[in-house]
Amino acid sequence: MAIITYRQALKDALAEEIERDENVFIMGEEVAQYNGAYKVTEGLWKRFGDKRVVDAPISEAGFIGLGIGASFLGLRPVIEMMFFSFVYVAWDQAVNNASTVRYMSGGKVNCPIVIRGPANGGTNVGATHSHTPENMIANFPGLKVVCPATPADVKGLMKSSIRDNDPVFFMESTLLYGNEGEVPEDEDYLIPLGKADIKREGSDITLIAHGGCVLTALKAAEKLKKDNNVDCEVVDLRSIRPLDKATILKSVKKTNRVLLIEENKPFCGIGAQISHMIQREAFDYLDAPVHRISSVDSPAIYSPPIEKIQVPDARLVMREVRNILQIKA
Amino acid sequence: MSTETPETHDFNKGRSRTLEKADIFDYAKDPVNKAMTVEEKLKCFTDMVRIRKFEQAALQSYQKGKMGGFLHLYIGQEATAIGTTSVLGDNDHIITAYRDHGHALAVGMEMNECMAELFGKYTGCSKGKGGSMHYFDPEKGFWGGHGIVAGQTPLGAGLAFALKYKGIKGCAICYLGDGAINQGVFHESLNLASLWDIPVIYVIENNGYSMGTSQQRSSAFPEAGLAARANSYKINFDTVHGENLYEVRAKTNIAVQRAYEECRPSVLEIFTYRYYGHSIADANHQRYRTKEEIRHYQENKDPINVWEQILIEEGHLNVDKVKEIDKAAKEEAKAAIKFADESPFPPPQEMLSDVYHSVDNPGTHTNEGEIFFNDQLPF
Repeated sequence: MAIITYRQALKDALAEEIERDENVFIMGEEVAQYNGAYKVTEGLWKRFGDKRVVDAPISEAGFIGLGIGASFLGLRPVIEMMFFSFVYVAWDQAVNNASTVRYMSGGKVNCPIVIRGPANGGTNVGATHSHTPENMIANFPGLKVVCPATPADVKGLMKSSIRDNDPVFFMESTLLYGNEGEVPEDEDYLIPLGKADIKREGSDITLIAHGGCVLTALKAAEKLKKDNNVDCEVVDLRSIRPLDKATILKSVKKTNRVLLIEENKPFCGIGAQISHMIQREAFDYLDAPVHRISSVDSPAIYSPPIEKIQVPDARLVMREVRNILQIKA
Repeated sequence: MSTETPETHDFNKGRSRTLEKADIFDYAKDPVNKAMTVEEKLKCFTDMVRIRKFEQAALQSYQKGKMGGFLHLYIGQEATAIGTTSVLGDNDHIITAYRDHGHALAVGMEMNECMAELFGKYTGCSKGKGGSMHYFDPEKGFWGGHGIVAGQTPLGAGLAFALKYKGIKGCAICYLGDGAINQGVFHESLNLASLWDIPVIYVIENNGYSMGTSQQRSSAFPEAGLAARANSYKINFDTVHGENLYEVRAKTNIAVQRAYEECRPSVLEIFTYRYYGHSIADANHQRYRTKEEIRHYQENKDPINVWEQILIEEGHLNVDKVKEIDKAAKEEAKAAIKFADESPFPPPQEMLSDVYHSVDNPGTHTNEGEIFFNDQLPF
């Protein structure tokens, strides 16, 4: 296995799928000649040319809709959102059209499209550019939502998403692009959508997270082990819809305590759904109420030192774990 | 309520709507029309009558409470769907908005499946999951049936983009109403279509009103016409008298050949008229137009009557034959109602199929986990 960055793993997945299937192409703003606003597609235009790596004007509704229409005829567009926050100008296309066309056609039309890009805050770009819409997208039956945290996962999940026959919203993070990790080089390295991964085993409490918050949870878990001898189990959801309910419940039943961590806002966040699921299906196993941490419930603040504490950090996770376990700091 | 006569009504400003007899014969001489066989001409007539009888029957069924929701009738606009689709080839595709019954029948969908869909029945073209606004038949090159104004316009570009990507010589016609041209996504689609040389043809079916709002009240520059907006995107455009099937065919064919030969988009604005309201819920459609205006179109510019007269003059049709075609279409529509009436509703568990390809086709995806989140089901 090679040690490469999250960005490189993503690029490798794209390149391998472009090579593997002539119907796969990438489209988005600055993806080709500029090499990608966050360099995810760097070098792909030079390697694959205009047909497979398409620079689009700033018209998200136009080119997402175009991608959806092209997917009806069997193409597999991978559409880059420079920021996932930009999907809102294409909401009718990305959400209304992509989620309903198979259903309303009685199963006659498929929409094998991937819409990918960074969806994270914490980078001082202000409220309009810091959205994490995975909870909203996951609210639409017909859509799938994936939020990988590590280089290996981003590769295996991207390859599965491109090969999937349903629309997949693939949410990355600008804060993860530079992270390194071991990544399998197998061209058919596929991670199933809907399969969580236990990133750290533990017996005292289950921390459930996705995307960048998985790393926050792992960091807090290490510190809690060192400081308080607490063994946290960290469940990385990886995929929001489909969702690995079995792994979540198994872990909760083992540790009997749970803290949900996400960068979303609390109201109708991913945690709200999982919390409901746990109380309904593992109520008798709980030794404490389900707690959750989300971003502070206000638009993303610009001020750099204040934004740092608006999104969940390890310190806050540790504080909340100690609360649940009634450990004095 | 306006008291203007059709001749002075604002609606007609900026629209050239006179259809002289000479026009009919000029367009009749167009190669695409000269090549028409008598059978093809009669088929166009029959299919326009079938659309009208289907919708009249649907309207009656709606009034009897046989269906819910909306019913956007196409009556008055039939020559647009029939004329445009009649020049298409096997590699061409169409997509439209919610006034879609005419297009569905035009590409050969059956009255039975269309009527059953209105009735919400399992035998409907979308198994009762789509309804009036969402007919689909990809095998006949028909990609819906889309409910949101202008929402289909980038999809149409995408269909044509896919043809070009695959190296297939073909085109996609994307229909839209006059109300759709003020939506941003339509302009994004035009820009992309021209920028990337996409063989898509946007057919604006200008029936005068976006729901209850005339162009005078919705367009900043109505005198220029709607198709002229294509000029801003370096796209060829033309206007068409929608009551003249020969003209519809001739001008559509020019756009189709442009798509085939130059891989360039086109915009056609077809002047047409709907006799009923925006939808069945638009009971007040005489608030924004006069009875006289409606009658004017019915008497002078009815696409079926105009085509009937042409075919009678050409000697291909007579009064008896018209009656026969009329009767057959009525009976076909009546049978469709019987079929729809007697068909079952979808079983409740059908609510959960056709949502995800991966769920309906187990073993074909690398998917695990839960994808539906129902704590309990009502059935």
